Amino acid sequence: MKIPKHDVAVVGIGQTKFRSKRRDVNIPEMIYEAVKMALDDAQLEPKEIDAVIIGNMDHFEGINFSELLCGIEAAPGYLKPVVKVATGGTTGSSLAICGYHNVASGIYNNVLVVGWEKLNEGGATTGIITAFDPVWERPSLAGALGPLALMAGMYSAKYGITPEQAAKVTVKNRSNAANNPFAHLQMPNITIDYVMSSQMISYPLRLHDCCPQSEGACALIYANEQETKKITDNPAWVHAVETAHYYTFGTDDKMFDLPTATIASKKAYKKAGISNPVKDLDVAEIYEPTSWSELSWTEALGFCKPGEGGKLLDEEITQMSGELPVNPSGGVLSTNPIGATALVRVAEAAIQIMGRGEKRQVPDVEKALAMGFGGSLWTEIMILGKNPMR
Amino acid sequence: MTDDIEKKVYRGRIKVPYKHTGGAYVERFITEIGKSNKILGVKCPKCNKVHVPPKMICHECFEKMDEWVEVQNQGIVKGFTVVTHSTPIMPLEPPFAYGIIKLDGADTDFVHIIKESAPEKLRIGMKVKAVFKENPRKRILDIEYFEAI
Ligand SMILES: [Zn+2]
Repeated sequence: MKIPKHDVAVVGIGQTKFRSKRRDVNIPEMIYEAVKMALDDAQLEPKEIDAVIIGNMDHFEGINFSELLCGIEAAPGYLKPVVKVATGGTTGSSLAICGYHNVASGIYNNVLVVGWEKLNEGGATTGIITAFDPVWERPSLAGALGPLALMAGMYSAKYGITPEQAAKVTVKNRSNAANNPFAHLQMPNITIDYVMSSQMISYPLRLHDCCPQSEGACALIYANEQETKKITDNPAWVHAVETAHYYTFGTDDKMFDLPTATIASKKAYKKAGISNPVKDLDVAEIYEPTSWSELSWTEALGFCKPGEGGKLLDEEITQMSGELPVNPSGGVLSTNPIGATALVRVAEAAIQIMGRGEKRQVPDVEKALAMGFGGSLWTEIMILGKNPMR
Repeated sequence: MTDDIEKKVYRGRIKVPYKHTGGAYVERFITEIGKSNKILGVKCPKCNKVHVPPKMICHECFEKMDEWVEVQNQGIVKGFTVVTHSTPIMPLEPPFAYGIIKLDGADTDFVHIIKESAPEKLRIGMKVKAVFKENPRKRILDIEYFEAI
């Protein structure tokens, strides 16, 4: 692994208030809200942006080559490099990582990355099905919910994780969301009973074990060390990025324990000098599509041993007051604009580093982890820190 | 493998009922056409160009545009092609022309139908005017077509 040429920091952040639908704005108008906020945050003129990387899943809204429209009308991409990234659920983290590489390598001094989705306009499940093998998988296990339900069932059977423990994740995250003005589902008074008595969607997943579909956008500006100095004295520095992709054909792999999260996080911890993630990290924003997944992912990320995700939660380690708060923003269970979802994890991790989280702020954050999940059980990790790596 | 095994090709039949939110600028443009047969554009505060159809951002300046201006219902044809083959999505029965039209008072080009198909009657630089639908349906085709003046 080569050492990157430049230290890179997040210097501007923008996000929309996420909702189930935005009938007041079309796609570029919606994205512009986040882009404008990020530009204002970094106090950069549109012309000062070197390149734009934008992402969503074309199939979800039925707008192909969305970067043509949105890279120019919603982001300052006119006559500049505009690149589209789409990797499913990991789209936002792939955007974050591509943006990072483009600055770390010295190609650009700064890059604007934008993730968005307007999920009420089409069919996310239909779009996801088109990613599966047309002969073997589409007639049976294709989509997001079915595989996630199978994973939850197998995980629960192996380790004795209970529906109550899963419900507690939703309660934690949606009450955290009440402290986040951008979150979609804010439920300060949600109870375990409420989650456990919600409609069964796909056994064992109930309605409130599942993330919502949201509309909105998130934008980040990265800059190298020289530009960062000019822009802000309170950036969030990127310490490590890691990607682990693989393909599970049908059910020919174990469908829990998320091996890509273990592989990617171990590599990232090594780069960022983290030996004990619970002690060394101060906050984590992870991509939990269901309540059950958060428990499993906390194991895969090494926050506890395999099978101890429920115990970790019961011991309140991942609560706001715990040793390693997980998803102070409310996480994916509260907000899921797919192409923006994993970028929101990075934005929220950066907000925590900058100490700008207001009611959702964890005290004294020095190191934060952001995770993207999606595709065929893919994981992407970014670790951010208060100080540059060198 | 032998030749008597059928070479199966699977048919995909994915249908998605997409919705496309018009947004504030489309909404105002379409409403005004239906209500008063007026064509509106928006003016960029930086380069002063009037954009028709209207949109939020001047892509050259990346400035938000808020100043609405009425442009003329007539303009100049900058280019055209004649459609001769019919497909189910055609707005009119061919033959007819598609033209790039610069409306008087606008700085951007506008693509629409010109109800004329004889090449000798069409030329770059000709003047055309909008003909509006009697019963508007909040679509761009509420301007039914342009015709030669
Ligand atoms: Zn302009």
